[in-house]
Amino acid sequence: MSYLELLKLASPEATVVATALVVLSVGLMIRRPAAPCVSVAALGLALAAGAVALLPRQATLLGGVLVISPLTSLFKIVCVGLALFTVLLTRWEKTPRHVGEYLAMILLATVGLMLLVESEDLLMIFIGLELLGLSLYVMVAFDKSDIRSAEAGLKYFLFGSVSSAFTLFGISLIYGIAGTTALAAISEKLGAIAGQPLLAVGIVMTLVGFAFKIAAAPFHLWAPDAYQAAPVPSAAFIASGSKVASFLVLGKIALVGFASVRGSAAWHGATAGWSPLLAALAAMSIMVGNLAALVQSNVRRLLAYSAVAHGGYTLIGLVPGSRDGFSAALFYITVYAVTLMGAFGVVGLVRRQSGGDDLSNFSGLHSRSPILAACMGVFLLSLAGIPPLAGFFGKFYLFSSALRGGTDQNLLWLVGVALFGSFISLYYYLIVLKAIFVEAASPSDAVARAPWNFVPAMLISLLAAAVLLLGIYPEVLTARILAALS
Amino acid sequence: MIAWTIYITFAGAVLLLFLPRAVARWVALCTAVAGLALALVALVRTPIAELAHFRTIVRVPWVPQLGMHYHLAIDGVSLTMVLVTGISAVSTVLFSWDVSHRQNEFFFWLLVVVAGCYGVFLSADLFLLFVFYELVIVPKYFLIAIFGSTNKEYGAMKLTLYSFFGGMFVFAGILVAYVTAESLDLNELAHFPFSPQLQSWAFPVLFLGFAVLAGVWPLHTWAPTGHAAAPTAGSMLLAGIVMKLGSYAGLRIAMNLFPLGFQLWSKSIALLAVVGIVYAAAVALRQRDLKFVIGYSSVSHMGFVLLGLATANVLGVSGAVLQMFSHGVIAALLFAVAGRMIYSRAHTRELERLSRLNLGQALPFAAVTFVIASAASMGIPGFSGFAAEITILIGAWERYPVAVWITGAGIVLVAAFTLRALKQSFFGDRIEATAIQQGRVPVDPDWNEQESISVAEKTGACLLMVSTLAIGLYPRALLDRIMPAVEAMRFLK
Repeated sequence: MSYLELLKLASPEATVVATALVVLSVGLMIRRPAAPCVSVAALGLALAAGAVALLPRQATLLGGVLVISPLTSLFKIVCVGLALFTVLLTRWEKTPRHVGEYLAMILLATVGLMLLVESEDLLMIFIGLELLGLSLYVMVAFDKSDIRSAEAGLKYFLFGSVSSAFTLFGISLIYGIAGTTALAAISEKLGAIAGQPLLAVGIVMTLVGFAFKIAAAPFHLWAPDAYQAAPVPSAAFIASGSKVASFLVLGKIALVGFASVRGSAAWHGATAGWSPLLAALAAMSIMVGNLAALVQSNVRRLLAYSAVAHGGYTLIGLVPGSRDGFSAALFYITVYAVTLMGAFGVVGLVRRQSGGDDLSNFSGLHSRSPILAACMGVFLLSLAGIPPLAGFFGKFYLFSSALRGGTDQNLLWLVGVALFGSFISLYYYLIVLKAIFVEAASPSDAVARAPWNFVPAMLISLLAAAVLLLGIYPEVLTARILAALS
Repeated sequence: MIAWTIYITFAGAVLLLFLPRAVARWVALCTAVAGLALALVALVRTPIAELAHFRTIVRVPWVPQLGMHYHLAIDGVSLTMVLVTGISAVSTVLFSWDVSHRQNEFFFWLLVVVAGCYGVFLSADLFLLFVFYELVIVPKYFLIAIFGSTNKEYGAMKLTLYSFFGGMFVFAGILVAYVTAESLDLNELAHFPFSPQLQSWAFPVLFLGFAVLAGVWPLHTWAPTGHAAAPTAGSMLLAGIVMKLGSYAGLRIAMNLFPLGFQLWSKSIALLAVVGIVYAAAVALRQRDLKFVIGYSSVSHMGFVLLGLATANVLGVSGAVLQMFSHGVIAALLFAVAGRMIYSRAHTRELERLSRLNLGQALPFAAVTFVIASAASMGIPGFSGFAAEITILIGAWERYPVAVWITGAGIVLVAAFTLRALKQSFFGDRIEATAIQQGRVPVDPDWNEQESISVAEKTGACLLMVSTLAIGLYPRALLDRIMPAVEAMRFLK
């Protein structure tokens, strides 16, 4: 394959890297670089999305290490879209120093996302994870004026490095057993020697890294600090883009790479494999996430714990190991990413206008800005699983495919845990909504009278409209995902 | 055509958010009247034979890979419930005519609840029904927490969480039915042979979930607290219609899909129903707050509905449906008088204090309305309550004679607390001497004399009184349509 062909197939990634370099230069050269850098970055991302649309339907790069298929193209567009909203969010943040570097970090993280999405080889997956991770560590610690940002960044970095070490060790064990790092080939080799202790160690260690990435309990301890103390766009990116790509890759590894050692998470007949492991992670995440969120008074920290819980719900889709379940998980995490992006957008605006993001800062938002209050209502109710929003359909899809995957509803225990968690979650979402809609704004809040920016409110409304549309007409996304998976 | 009730109501709700405040209540009224008109037209013009089975109105694929269709259907039972929703909606809007604070949001949430109820009663797809069922939960929270009175935030949270809790059980039951039968169409599911073993545990899970919303004892404590905390319109709608969502769905889904399970558990349901009737009536006798009396009376009357459903014969179940209609109207009337007519003028709901005011002379229209409402609630012949309860009891006599005896005692308790509330609120005889002045009706010094009963309130009250009287004098208007539909249901075969 000639370099020109390679470049054509890798054009989205190349576009984003080029944009990152241009943004860096613009940031260095121009005196007030915020607006131009953001515009360049947004333009570059839009071009990258166009480049994805122009890719051929099926292709492989570098001998099967990277794969282009309808599934990867769809999710590359999703990731680029989420990065676009992140970049736009940066525009309305109180201007960080070094805007150029910050945006470049976001763009490089996006490249990591795209690599993750299209890799079919364990080593390439690791490269993607590291690229994403390193960019995210920097993005989280970026706010040098806030010591908690540095604390969050350090926690994230330490946790992440250890988890990456575990993953790399697990990958090397799997390589040792299977003799190859290509996902499709690994599955056959593993099937032949199922039951070896070394295999179990390898699988567990590999999955530990991903459990960290998706903030599944008990590997979630970095999440509350990162969500609360990082700059708002960084937190939004972690909550959305990083999660989508991580779940896609986790699904690929589990369903393609480890397909032959699935095991079963049935209540009355659990057998060893990665399925009961994911089921246990899911159950713990749901319980820990929901229970911890009940006592939070800071909205961002509440969103972090709810992110842990939603990671648990999504894992339920992966547990039965069926195509249906994977499709449901992908739908749910995409919808979730859009919702959190919007929620963080609102949080960012409220933070900018009232100086903080505790529940008290949201008090009386309905009279300060009806649009933002309505959007936040849509996002939180979608997270709670209230129809006709996308979160409700997503949960129905997830739980029905989980029940269908087993025989005689033997995953009912897991669905029961999830339903219980869902029930608890309505309480804390209603607490936030109560602050927004029921409580009256304090009249002494002069800051609250500051005019809201029209453009960010419109962007957030766009996301809210998307959540509503996907709830009323989910066919738009589910048909594409199911078609891409077959 | 009747599907337009849903669309018009949703459209009205959304439109309301963008209009100026002065226009909000008129738009809400027009929307509600349109819905009622459609229901009445359907009642009068649809031949009875067509209502004998669950006839499809519209069926459009929604998410084909998952078997979800936008499927609406109607039969006699659905039409009755749509009619009572329409009547309730119009009277609720009329009784909220004087809401002075955040009107757009108030009527928005109100109309969303009404539209959701229309949707539940007309759905023939399991997922669609569940969408409408859960849709109604959150507007209830906002209606109570923003616009309510006593202990509103606690009452709102308790009511919403209980409803959502029931919803989780329903969710589990629906998932099990869907995954086993691979279909979401209610007509198909009604013919699917679920295994007896599955039915024996799936039925109680599903029915329990629905029964929480219907106020079954012992999961009923959200109802009095929530209804007392709600604004007048809120309690009218919640006690009137939303509680019926639970019993309707219990009939349409739980009993129809899992008839063997139903037979296994019907005795327990009858037991819980009877306990609910008697217990709630006894507790109502001890209440000091008028709205709590009415709240507990709602639980008691819903016990009648559950008893009727548990009888598993045509008479009993038809009586239950008629009771759903009847209680919808009567509860609305009772809450309207207690909330809008009394509370907003006297600023108290304590029976002690009310008995010292001379409301019988100060508010003659309200007194007459409350007398009629009490008579209907007690089950006096001539009103719809009697028609419904007698049908239920005749149906119950065939299967559970003991239940009929105990319920008879319960009816006496109902009469007791109703008469007590009536006497103390309007015809109290301990008027303080200091409040009596020459030539004026003796009332409390706090009294807002300028406020006589407004035209809107009179219209709403007359609508409700005429409804209960009409069905009380000629119950065949509804029973002729309900009974064939019930006969066609699967659990009777």
